[in-house]
Amino acid sequence: MEVTFRIRRYNPEEPGKNKPYWQEFTLKDVKETDRVLELLHRVKWEQDGTLGFRRSCSHGICGSDAMRINGRNALACKLLIRSCGPKVQVEPILGLPVLKDLIVDMEPFFAHYRSVMPFFVNNDPVPADGRERLQDAEEQQIINDTTNCILCACCTTSCPSFWANGEYVGPAAMVQAHRFIFDTRDQASQERIAVLAEPDGVWRCRTIFNCTPACPRGIEVTRAIGEVKLAIMRGTREGIINPKDIKVHG
Amino acid sequence: MQTHQFDAIIVGAGGAGLMAALYASKGGANVAVVSKLYPTRSHTGAALGGIGAALGNYEEDKPLWHAYDTVKGGDYLADQNAAKVLAENAVDAVIELEHMGLPFDRTPEGRISQRRFGGHTSNFGEKPVRRACHAADRTGHMILQTLYQQCIKNQVRFFDEFHVVDVIMNQGACVGVVALQLGTGEIHVFHGKATLFATGGWGRVWQITSNAHTLTGDGAAAVFRRGIPMQDMEFYQFHPTGLYGLGVLLTEGIRGEGGIILNRNGERFMEKYAPKIKDLASRDVVSRSIYLELRAGNGVGPNKDYVHLDIRPSTVNRYLAEAGETRRVDEAYVARVLAETLDVCRTYAGVDPLTEPMPIQPTAHYAMGGIPTNVDAEVVIDENWTVLPGMYAAGECACVSCHGANRLGTNSLVDLIVFGRRGGMKIAEYVKKADLIPLPPNPAGETEAEFKRLRASKGKTRPYEIRKQMQKVMMEGVGVFRDEKAMQNALNVVRELRERYRTDLTFDDRGYKYNTDALEAWELGCLLDLAEVTAVSALERKESRGGHSREDYKDRDDKNWLVHTLAYRKGSAVYQEGQTSIELNLKKKVDMSLAAEDPRFIPKERVY
Repeated sequence: MEVTFRIRRYNPEEPGKNKPYWQEFTLKDVKETDRVLELLHRVKWEQDGTLGFRRSCSHGICGSDAMRINGRNALACKLLIRSCGPKVQVEPILGLPVLKDLIVDMEPFFAHYRSVMPFFVNNDPVPADGRERLQDAEEQQIINDTTNCILCACCTTSCPSFWANGEYVGPAAMVQAHRFIFDTRDQASQERIAVLAEPDGVWRCRTIFNCTPACPRGIEVTRAIGEVKLAIMRGTREGIINPKDIKVHG
Repeated sequence: MQTHQFDAIIVGAGGAGLMAALYASKGGANVAVVSKLYPTRSHTGAALGGIGAALGNYEEDKPLWHAYDTVKGGDYLADQNAAKVLAENAVDAVIELEHMGLPFDRTPEGRISQRRFGGHTSNFGEKPVRRACHAADRTGHMILQTLYQQCIKNQVRFFDEFHVVDVIMNQGACVGVVALQLGTGEIHVFHGKATLFATGGWGRVWQITSNAHTLTGDGAAAVFRRGIPMQDMEFYQFHPTGLYGLGVLLTEGIRGEGGIILNRNGERFMEKYAPKIKDLASRDVVSRSIYLELRAGNGVGPNKDYVHLDIRPSTVNRYLAEAGETRRVDEAYVARVLAETLDVCRTYAGVDPLTEPMPIQPTAHYAMGGIPTNVDAEVVIDENWTVLPGMYAAGECACVSCHGANRLGTNSLVDLIVFGRRGGMKIAEYVKKADLIPLPPNPAGETEAEFKRLRASKGKTRPYEIRKQMQKVMMEGVGVFRDEKAMQNALNVVRELRERYRTDLTFDDRGYKYNTDALEAWELGCLLDLAEVTAVSALERKESRGGHSREDYKDRDDKNWLVHTLAYRKGSAVYQEGQTSIELNLKKKVDMSLAAEDPRFIPKERVY
């Protein structure tokens, strides 16, 4: 089949192209199982090498190639052409400064990530036998969903609250916070709860639900944010998630 | 041009680089991590099934058994001292990852859960053992995330999207690297006492690969161009279970959980090739078995060019019952512990592994060879283990060699953690006593000139055309099975392509900001250099061992070939201008220190 790509372009270095514009490319012999990423490569390799985009693993685990494809955020390597149709519109994810074509400045995103203390804290001495800390298999499942996050920014840049206010930490940072707040081994959940109780924390979430379908990892993002909200309201992580209610991926 | 000064420079931000950075900085060194990707994009994140360590959480296990499996899996080319360090340190290292918060799956007692993996056995090959510690089937993802988190906690300094293109030598030592900042096109010089390369592999040399687009061997190529040898480059691993057509990896953990490989007749053919541990034989053995089945016309599909991997609970339970085991699986269990696998198969192949078998073919996966190091990640440049001051390497780009001629599943993650940590500790120690050697005059001069030349290329051939041809000829000539003629042909073609790369290249983007067009051209130069040295090394080794399987020399030859291959680039020019040649040194003997104490480690026929 033949597919037309309509791509949002911007090249700060080239006169005439240093304001955003649309450009169309036509590709022949496209299979419906081709990934959008493969076809962007074909555009770049066969037609216009100046096209800028990020990618690495090409199978949905590195999180480099988040884009807005036909109006929805997705990883270009995880979206097959059969779910896009013969016309594919590709633009950079929204809410972050565009640097060139589909490449955005990720630094504000990672700054929000760093703000929620996204690291394990446990100041107790490690077990005397030199072995692992014990954790119940059910307790471990509590964070199974949110540890899936690959920091691709699909959720955060699909969030109208984030578009309106870049100071809002955004869904991805809260997914990361959730992963630690509800880790029964972690001891810093109160500090994280305090960070997220600030005005630009969890309350800027208006439960719009854009983030959940945007997640290429199938994380129930809005639910995770809701659980963080509950932890803030109650002042504790205890009793919020029942391991029996946990969704099994697949 | 900007110059930065640090005690230690870590190139690459995957598992090995982050572990080294963490330990060097905990040891007091001022550390910079320089990476062409954002750290969490590194390919460590794609590792799936587990990290091996003899924790014995389900059944008895010992580091010595792990070392034995590693040596045997490596077809006796592994340095036995390195295999010993790997297996012994693995236990502490995995426990430490847990202490860093890694969300491992748990046993009913709350300990780290473990599964079976290819080639991992108890009691010197007696039966499969549950040694692979896992976090669902995204263990690498969790390792990468956890280490990055810990680096943030320890305030390690990151230079993200800085592409290292050259290594700077002065007074016989490594004094830093030259990097291109992708966002600006500006050249930066990183000057330090110690530099550790952790830049990963070069699977993109081959057509079907599990490797990321960015795995182009830039670090190894930069080091090689400066006269440091590449060791054992002929040993490249083809993983048996790549998703058909794409090469995306399907974890060995599928077989660890009871999955079975079947041919078109529904026959479990691994019973023929590895009667004892069957589908859980070493990867090289399974990949060759698949090729033999395809050749015999037993492949699946219209072109009979793939086989099936079956994890349907009904299949798994049937074979478990047949083997007299009490364990059984159901759909919910498979969906939970192999979530990534299900997702990948459904997305890319339209196949639901819970109801249909998965189409698979071998895929280029892992470089056993690379920059030679000792067990402290110090780079060694000859058969006498002479250390090159200031230069370190760890992870896939390094060759310790703990993997020998074939790496066991899970041991790549072990390698990253164990040798990344040892490298970081050694660096912390080294920078305390070493003086900072000054930069040579104009340290980035050659790089700048080469980029200028590349940018001005006015030929007719686009990088992807050259890359495609290289990948095809390397797949055909230097793949799972090899012979003189096909390898020589591959080498000839690669050399022609190198020449075209030098004289007839063209690309579109002549700008500076995020010029990924020029970056890909640069990466292609690295791939071509590594393809050449791989073919040259493979032609020279006239035996079959591990991942190097020759149809014209079918047997392993311990009398002549218990040596590592050291390949040196000779010639005056660093880049592809002018003549370069490759010189081989075959004098570096394999370490046999375990065999000296325990006859079970003496090379013998390798059967599974």
